[in-house]
Amino acid sequence: MSTNGTNVNNDVNGVKLPIYLDNHATTPMDPRVLESMIPYFTGKFGNAASRNHQFGWEAEAAVEKAREQIAKLIGATAKEIIFTSGATESNNLAIKGVAEMYKEKGNHIITAVTEHKAVLDTCKRLEKYGYRVTYLPVGADGLINLEDLKRAIDDKTILVTIMAANNEIGVLQPIDEIGAICKEKGILFHSDAVQALGKVPLDVNKSNISIMSLTGHKLYGPKGVGALYVRRKNPRVQLSAILDGGGHERGMRSGTLNVPGIVGFGKAAEIAMQEMPEESKRLSALRDRLMNKLLSNLDETHVNGTMERHLPGNLNISFVYVEGESLLMGINDIAVSSGSACTSATLEPSYVLKALGLGDDVAHSSIRFGIGRFNTEAEIDYVADRIIDTVKKLRELSPLYEMVKEGIDLSKIEWQTEGH
Amino acid sequence: MAYSNKVIDHYNNPRNVGTLDKASSEVGTGLVGAPECGDVMRLQIKVNPETQIIEDAKFKTFGCGSAIASSSLATEWIKGKNVEDALAIKNTDIVKELALPPVKIHCSVLAEDAIRAAIGDWKKKQSASQAAPVTAEAK
Repeated sequence: MSTNGTNVNNDVNGVKLPIYLDNHATTPMDPRVLESMIPYFTGKFGNAASRNHQFGWEAEAAVEKAREQIAKLIGATAKEIIFTSGATESNNLAIKGVAEMYKEKGNHIITAVTEHKAVLDTCKRLEKYGYRVTYLPVGADGLINLEDLKRAIDDKTILVTIMAANNEIGVLQPIDEIGAICKEKGILFHSDAVQALGKVPLDVNKSNISIMSLTGHKLYGPKGVGALYVRRKNPRVQLSAILDGGGHERGMRSGTLNVPGIVGFGKAAEIAMQEMPEESKRLSALRDRLMNKLLSNLDETHVNGTMERHLPGNLNISFVYVEGESLLMGINDIAVSSGSACTSATLEPSYVLKALGLGDDVAHSSIRFGIGRFNTEAEIDYVADRIIDTVKKLRELSPLYEMVKEGIDLSKIEWQTEGH
Repeated sequence: MAYSNKVIDHYNNPRNVGTLDKASSEVGTGLVGAPECGDVMRLQIKVNPETQIIEDAKFKTFGCGSAIASSSLATEWIKGKNVEDALAIKNTDIVKELALPPVKIHCSVLAEDAIRAAIGDWKKKQSASQAAPVTAEAK
């Protein structure tokens, strides 16, 4: 986020600036989480794998408590949780671990085009090693079609990997139905549940999930700690390890455990378990308040992804005929994220928005709002006003908006696209 | 992305925003870029037929802050120049003035293209009006 310009580090109408509204990227740590972690940096610093002294036992007990807390949040048992460094590692371990372990059974993996890069790029790498990958399309609502999934399954399919909630558009994939299909066909089902964890109820048994990727920093826990749920029965799932070493975490993930991080992740899961019902109501109300203000004050403004199945705190909106980066520049006291090419390293607009069927021009015009635990109604009102003012100002500047208002069909114009 | 103070100034206070009558024989319109690339600039000039001096320039831009600043600066620079001097403006001059980073150089290229397209449109109208008194509408 740019820190230049006005209004940064000031208070306006009781709102402290800048406002953080990018809670899908990461969340601030809950102070209760930090408090739980502090003893494990200095006094209780032991290695959880040290079996013959007090320091090790203390650390191990703390890790086991966290395992319980996280397991409870997804309806699993503590033994089914293994700790990793984060969601990228969890996704890599789940997919590569299944691919290697089950290669005698088959070489076909099914995923969706809107998955996180940690899933898509892992699948792409496996394709180089002889695996076949089917990338399911999504509809305009952002959801996969279950009939497409059924058709994609063949006798070589070993894994279906579909996320629980999308990180850009917040839609909730039909994981119960996907799980049922996988169970019927005897195929493992991995779900990247990083954005869903602690935001919407998850139950690995109800959804027939075999493996689930989790991370701490998206639910007000620390960064650098993730987990993988690995089913132990009906059926028992085995993964080939990526890291060779001391055989920690049931042999699936060697390496000394990040005890303070794990303690924090556990505490964050416990808080989410207690507060999710209230919090999701509050965040949905804030989200709807923001959405209604924006839609009622601006024309040519569209919500991306179905609102029927949606994360409470997510809102992804296209402000057509306004370029996303210029919008971000106008609201530089608000931290949000854009689908615009200009904000990404690859100079390509969001592949998730394009998968919904949005044109590049509309993808360039999209903003993701991620509302979280510490956002207030006053902040949402401030954000809505700032966005409305800035979009109106930029549309005064937009030749496209003027042309459309004059009745010109932009698709009929021969744009010069070469060299850009 | 950190923007230079000049880019921020042009973004906050864009110069010469607006629309000229594209049907006028004295007005040249350049529309460059493409919506799917995230940048579209429309730059218009009003040229005095006697002196060949650009008496007015207006722009509208869909694009990032650097694109808005590049086109705003371009209108500022070409106003008061005769068309041949305006054609001498190079994208590198804009890069230098706005301190654009490498990833934003295409914004300056687009601004140079917009100047050329507007002048080209005006020249076409001039030759058309000399050949026959029919107005050639800008695209």
